[in-house]
Amino acid sequence: MQMTRTLCSLAALAALAGCAGSSSSGGQGDAALRAKALEVMKASFKARGIATLDRLDQDETQALCSQYAASGPPKDVAQRIEQANLVAIKPPSDGRYLGDWKRGEQIAQRGTGLQWNDTKETPVGANCYACHQLTKEEISYGTIGPSLYNFGKIRGYTPDMEKYAWGKVWNADAYAACSLMPRFGHNGILTEAQIKDVVALLMDPQSPVNK
Amino acid sequence: MFSTRVAIAALAAVCAPMVLGQNTVDEIEKYRQALQDGNPAELWEARGEALWKQPRGPKKVSFERCDLGLGAGVVKGAYAQLPRYFADADRVMDLETRLVHCMVTQQGLTPEEAKRNPFGSPERKSDIEALVAYVTSESKGVKMSVPMRHAKEREAYALGEQMFYFRGGPHDFSCATCHGEDGKRIRLQDLPNLTKVAGAQRAYTTWPAYRVSQGELRTFQWRLYDCFRQQRFPELEFTSEASIALTSFLAKNADGAAYNAPAIKR
Repeated sequence: MQMTRTLCSLAALAALAGCAGSSSSGGQGDAALRAKALEVMKASFKARGIATLDRLDQDETQALCSQYAASGPPKDVAQRIEQANLVAIKPPSDGRYLGDWKRGEQIAQRGTGLQWNDTKETPVGANCYACHQLTKEEISYGTIGPSLYNFGKIRGYTPDMEKYAWGKVWNADAYAACSLMPRFGHNGILTEAQIKDVVALLMDPQSPVNK
Repeated sequence: MFSTRVAIAALAAVCAPMVLGQNTVDEIEKYRQALQDGNPAELWEARGEALWKQPRGPKKVSFERCDLGLGAGVVKGAYAQLPRYFADADRVMDLETRLVHCMVTQQGLTPEEAKRNPFGSPERKSDIEALVAYVTSESKGVKMSVPMRHAKEREAYALGEQMFYFRGGPHDFSCATCHGEDGKRIRLQDLPNLTKVAGAQRAYTTWPAYRVSQGELRTFQWRLYDCFRQQRFPELEFTSEASIALTSFLAKNADGAAYNAPAIKR
């Protein structure tokens, strides 16, 4: 494998394709191939509305998680990603983690926002139900993430748990490197107030999540 | 068309009073199977066949001189071997790109004219969607066999693989976010695992498809375009190099499966 990678990184573009077989089993380890792919992508997408081309500029977490996508990041890389994301979590400015679970439910249902067919005025949702079960009432839920039904009831309505739920919604990569879940606070998808509402949906004893 | 409406009505009747749960998933599966009976894609195929044979453009030339890889005018089985390298253009092309190429080089259209309406609406039908429906229908039952003999074909595959795993945008999404594991779904929509042969085969061989929810036939170019919209990426340009590379990756992974489209999907 090391040999293959070395050969590939030395190779000219015409020979890049020879790596097709090896890269599918490993971690897409070849820097020249990655650079070429990015160059082709930048020439193949165009800015439309709010979706500008800089969305193709990866931060370190995105770059590493792309590089190691097929195999998962090595332990030291995973720790580095988690640490960098953990220290970037911003706690609520007034120290209170819980907002209104009813508004949280609306945010969890909403799938719009930040697409090129949305505008700056389009309400931005978290679309939690796309990937998670949350309540018994909503049967149209996805399974990419685990069920969050009874999230607070099972874990306990403690300040530590509120803080954890906040961190997880703010930046999931802080707890699981290369999580499939968007970093809702870190990347500015949701506002602080919206994250409070989502945390309330998970942690308020009155929320249907905990019934 | 009629049977589709009946199926939707039947689903509504079944779902309304139901206590939801596993039953819902079963009923949706019944709905999907009911859809298979009578596919409006046939209307696109018929229109596409007429367009294929009709003299078009300033030069009044039909597509019957267009080489899709198996020789001028040969349509039968051509889609099962695309994308591929074309020496006359010195690049890898998927079907849509090749159709545009023939419109420009043989029929005399400008590239802008040829690419003007890739995704149609009821008011403004797309010629490309119709042509794609016709050409793909002529590969029904043919085993997928995407060539990897030319270095540029292998390069397209390798680049497509990189793009499949590329995470970006405000949501950190890549294709693999939704299509990297078995048995997952978004809401109630099943997601194919495109990193495994079985998943790639089942998904790729059922595009293009008539989308009941849109009342239009959608091509593989559209599938990629709309996935990237939901990934919160910028707009994927029609017949761009990235779209061809990703298509090469996914088409090659479907090798060996019998092609089975145009299909019908919700």
